[in-house]
Amino acid sequence: MDYYRDTTLLSEPMDNKKIVSRPVYLNLLKIRQPITALASIGHRISGVLLFIAIPLMIWTLDTSLQGPQQYQQVVTLYDQPLMKLLLLLLAWAGAHHFFAGIRFLFIDIDWGVDLVTARRTAGMAIGCGVVGVVIALIVIL
Amino acid sequence: MKSWLLQRFTAVYMALFFVYFIAALLIAPSESYEEWQVWMRSTPMALATTLFFFALLGHAWVGLRDVFLDYIKPFVLRLVLLNLLAIGMIVMALWVVRILLTGGA
Repeated sequence: MDYYRDTTLLSEPMDNKKIVSRPVYLNLLKIRQPITALASIGHRISGVLLFIAIPLMIWTLDTSLQGPQQYQQVVTLYDQPLMKLLLLLLAWAGAHHFFAGIRFLFIDIDWGVDLVTARRTAGMAIGCGVVGVVIALIVIL
Repeated sequence: MKSWLLQRFTAVYMALFFVYFIAALLIAPSESYEEWQVWMRSTPMALATTLFFFALLGHAWVGLRDVFLDYIKPFVLRLVLLNLLAIGMIVMALWVVRILLTGGA
């Protein structure tokens, strides 16, 4: 079963022994999350990734402004395959965080709160994250 | 100011700056050190970029603090990590000031 939906909890008579015997945790990996939850957890994960990247961003800014040689060092560094891979990951994080964040701002002002719209915009935010990676791929290669 | 509000204001500023920055790079990419540093060291860009990093650090502080509060339960560990985080944020803010507002020491 890949989707837990415990309707028995509501339909069965309240029996304390039964409730105690039920598992007290849910395996998050086995639950098929609604798309809105995926957009939300993606926002958190991408946010943490972007946070980790802040020192790299500042270092890049610092070094690239120190002189022509240092600037070239930065260019060479970002030409490495591993760095390009990292840039793709950060492109996803940036694009997803950006669009899912804008979605949250609209939800803050009560726009797109109804389930149909919320699901659609969640899908759009996730899609924009993927598009961000594709654009980054085109720019990098 | 409520951290919730700080999160929103910084988000809007960063979004505007980010769109400008990406658009500028796509329309007229800096192809050399000279172009890059003339652009970044111009007063408006240096100020706007410094402000961007301040917004980023404030935004990340609120976000990471929420993440820590959600997942790190032991009180002492939480306190230590939040303090390290705060120190890290301040150091990075000063680093940006040193890069962009001091003419590059």
